[in-house]
Amino acid sequence: MTVLAARQLAIGYGDKTVASGLSLACAAGTVTCLIGPNGVGKTTLFKTLLGLLPPLGGNVTVGDAALATLSRQDIARRIAYVPQAHTTEFAYTVIDLVVMGRTAYLGAFGGPRPIDYDKAMAALGTLGIADLAAREITRISGGQRQLAFIARALAQESRIVFMDEPTASLDLGNRVRVLRTVRALAQEGLAIVLSTHEPEHAFEIADHVAVLGHGNRFVTGAVKAVLTAEALSGLYGVPLNVERTPSGRYVVGPA
Amino acid sequence: MTRQPLRTTTVFGLLTIFLVVLMLVAATIGPYRIPPLTVLKALGERLAGGGGNGAVETVLFNIRLPRIVAAVLVGAALAAAGAAFQSLFRNPLVSPDILGVSTGAGLGAVVGILLGMPVMVIQLFGFGGGLAIVLMVMALSRMLRSSGDILVLVLAGIVVGALAGAGISLVKVLADPYDQLPAITFWLLGSLAGVKGGDVMATLPAVAVGVAPLLLLRWRIGVLSLGDDEARALGVEVARLRAVVIAGATLATASVVAISGVIGWVGLMVPHMARMMVGPRFDRQLPAAILIGAAFMIVVDTLARTAAAIEVPLGVLTAIIGGPMFVWLLARSRRIVAP
Repeated sequence: MTVLAARQLAIGYGDKTVASGLSLACAAGTVTCLIGPNGVGKTTLFKTLLGLLPPLGGNVTVGDAALATLSRQDIARRIAYVPQAHTTEFAYTVIDLVVMGRTAYLGAFGGPRPIDYDKAMAALGTLGIADLAAREITRISGGQRQLAFIARALAQESRIVFMDEPTASLDLGNRVRVLRTVRALAQEGLAIVLSTHEPEHAFEIADHVAVLGHGNRFVTGAVKAVLTAEALSGLYGVPLNVERTPSGRYVVGPA
Repeated sequence: MTRQPLRTTTVFGLLTIFLVVLMLVAATIGPYRIPPLTVLKALGERLAGGGGNGAVETVLFNIRLPRIVAAVLVGAALAAAGAAFQSLFRNPLVSPDILGVSTGAGLGAVVGILLGMPVMVIQLFGFGGGLAIVLMVMALSRMLRSSGDILVLVLAGIVVGALAGAGISLVKVLADPYDQLPAITFWLLGSLAGVKGGDVMATLPAVAVGVAPLLLLRWRIGVLSLGDDEARALGVEVARLRAVVIAGATLATASVVAISGVIGWVGLMVPHMARMMVGPRFDRQLPAAILIGAAFMIVVDTLARTAAAIEVPLGVLTAIIGGPMFVWLLARSRRIVAP
């Protein structure tokens, strides 16, 4: 079931078009990986799909509603955004950060109610980090912080989750942990769109890839069909190989 | 699993009691000493609609209480504005004075004084000056394409604040050197010495109108501290909220600047003290900052009128107390600012 669709989308800032003619569909229960070299407009596409930037052409639909017609609150109830894990200027505790995910359900003048704390705690429990609730996000590891931001998206109870390079700057253990979490969430029925600089991650967890390249090239499809050695070499401008290991893993490396 | 309960509620309760006690103590102190029980008795009688018109009542109701209430308003407004600006700009080091809002409000108010306007109009001038400055600072830092950059924001505040300072100097040159100039100069250093009951009454509504939206929207203002994109993705209409916060914080700042002059440090330091007591969450920090700010100004103003034979300017006192205290705060709580 398609929950998010972009048709003939043109993206950019002001009158500067970064890419155009982009069409994309994301279904519930699937992971879509957005791949592309630096500077092709991955972030711009992300922001447009999230409704943070107006499209310069085309349209985005969420469920059966046009994104452009939804209020910020309505969008937040449908789409959650997991930023690259960062520390905030203020040392919020993990639970305080996660409960902010409930904002779209609070009245304009309201703060979180007991039920919002319950949902935030449940989200932390789902990710197995309930014991971090009272810790300050400035004092936990990068991987834990990333999980906390994902927990905030779960507390938001939206069926579509965007993740901006969720494995960036994580060590191997945390990378595996985060990817496993992403896969598990898709199995719960969420539609997940994540951007990554690691094509191997797409092989590992994605059902579909969307590849944005220089010169307005945009290809979507099944991971193995799209991420060929030839396509990746062209995309990143260096000769690359895609190899399948005996255990069934895909490894991307210099040819 | 709400972590709100005891601790925060207790802190608010204690701060409120502390504030009320401070107000009463401050009312007893001065060249004309009034014992605490006499203060309470006079207050009770006045509230019951009676009471005499002796020396005690005159000192208490015409001189001391207006000044104490003014101190409460000034401290609460500056602390609330500082806390709001810090959350809005995602930066624990901004404040109305660093952003140039105080100086801008000062310029507006000085022009009002020069023209001999009543307090209400001076407040309006102050609001216009403060708002103009904060908008200029934001436009400048956006023009330099780094609205999120702390350094650019602070530098823009200093530059625009310096311009407003130059404007104030110009007004001083134009002012009547025997009458207006001393008034302006002393007022610029910050003082509540000349505050009358009427001034307080004129300031109260303006402060209330400025601070009320900050209090009502405090949860969302806290979410704003995560940055524009995240706040919007969490369902906050950022542009609208930002406009409300800037207008509210600027109005609060400008309206107290109109009666007290430019008082630095309070808007920077008090939000930090609040954060240390109740944590960084804005919905808890703001009410705490308001209570602490009010208490802090009562202490400072009581010192100002009693510590020396002459009135010590408030701006001088807050700088003497605030500077070292701020350094101490920073050293003690590096965790307030993310590593």
